[in-house]
Amino acid sequence: MKNIKTIAKPTLKNTASKGCGECQTSCQSACKTSCTVANQQCDNTRRR
Amino acid sequence: MIHKFKFKELNIVMDINSGAIHIVSDMVYDILDFYPDEPKEAVISQLSNKYSPTSINDAFDEIEALKQNGMLFSDDDQITTEMLEGRGPVIKAMCLHVAHDCNMRCKYCFGDAGAFEGQRSLLSFETGKKAIDFLPTHSGTRHNLEIDFFGGEPLMNFDVVKQLVAYGREAEKAYGKNIRFTITTNGLLLDEEKRDFINANMENVILSIDGRPEVNDRMRRTPNDKGTYSLIIKNYLDFVKEREGTYYVRGTFTRDNLDFAEDVKHLADLGFRNISVEPVVTDPSLGYALREKDLPRIFEEYERLADLYLQYAMEGKPFEFFHFNVDLEQGPCVYKRIAGCGAGTEYVAVTPEGDIYPCHQFVGNPDFLLGNVWDDAFENKLFEDFNKAHIYNKEKCKSCWAKFYCSGGCHANAYNMNGTISVPYEMGCEMEKKRLECAIGIRAALA
Repeated sequence: MKNIKTIAKPTLKNTASKGCGECQTSCQSACKTSCTVANQQCDNTRRR
Repeated sequence: MIHKFKFKELNIVMDINSGAIHIVSDMVYDILDFYPDEPKEAVISQLSNKYSPTSINDAFDEIEALKQNGMLFSDDDQITTEMLEGRGPVIKAMCLHVAHDCNMRCKYCFGDAGAFEGQRSLLSFETGKKAIDFLPTHSGTRHNLEIDFFGGEPLMNFDVVKQLVAYGREAEKAYGKNIRFTITTNGLLLDEEKRDFINANMENVILSIDGRPEVNDRMRRTPNDKGTYSLIIKNYLDFVKEREGTYYVRGTFTRDNLDFAEDVKHLADLGFRNISVEPVVTDPSLGYALREKDLPRIFEEYERLADLYLQYAMEGKPFEFFHFNVDLEQGPCVYKRIAGCGAGTEYVAVTPEGDIYPCHQFVGNPDFLLGNVWDDAFENKLFEDFNKAHIYNKEKCKSCWAKFYCSGGCHANAYNMNGTISVPYEMGCEMEKKRLECAIGIRAALA
């Protein structure tokens, strides 16, 4: 494409089958007062 | 829904429902002021003074190709409200208040200098054990659990912290779970022995400091009203030198340091690599409270911070700023993005007395007392309220472009400012949106 460069693919829909809840709780990570959730990691494949 | 904005010389277009993000030409950026409401002919006519009809035609084709591929103007049909709300009460994370006492007297403290509107107290090992047992027994099939040692100042009760980590390791085996311990400290008591224990046992560590000495010392004071910077900085530098796992130095900015990018710079120049600086949320009548009229200045400062972030990355001395770490590859799943922080559903706080609250920010408010770890018949009476307080049920969030990134904001901030967890804290929303634009702009600049 001449006019558009995609830097993030439409990944949100692919995650609808996940929701396993194994990831870190956002408020525990650093902020404790103002959440940004999108900066959390998905732990769907990081189970121990 | 789309959101478009400029970051430096870049035109950025976000497709909110799919998560796709694009850098576009000036022409596409202009066309999207009209598309899809206006027909192509009308757009060609509107923009004929800037672009030729042929080039506008080509750009239209590109926009429509993305639309057909679900990367622009996509539908919000990932999951239903029923799928989200039907997941049941599972508690997987706990903020464990091991000390309702503190050896600092920070002026902006939401925890009443550690006392949380109650008596100063320390968590006993016996109550701590009940708290740890509470978590796996209420966590359903979740494997990964989290316990953050919090206060007040948790290092004031460090022997109990150590005992509870050992107890937690046994609980992991007994219940077949993995517990991630974290700790949040003000650094005053962070000596070599505690450092070694924390490094060996904690997955994440939050080190509180506001930045430049004069900024830190204005708010973060000792009980006899002295500044604390000189008392903590060496402890922190020694700590991170040995640290292999995750850590954050975490500060708070107020109306008194709206030039907070300088504080981030100070911390980065000292060698700290993971930095978080948060806006103070407090009684609006206080002199240091942030006000709506400060927003333009705060936005400007986030832009300066984004410049600094990029500059340091280019110069080979990168640092991470917590709110700029948006992962464009994947990040959290759509369930988490809709449900938000998990307070009152999968996240609770437990006091030294064993009282359970939806999160650390609600501790001490009797309306939010959920039970006690010594009472085996726990039932979360507020589960439905918090479970339903997600972005599809909050009017202001439904139409907001940032909804899948901020996920509805902090329930406690919403409650404290608006008297309900269903209406987000407006100034928090505005700052969050600006941080997100900077975060995504940074990714675009580095792409």
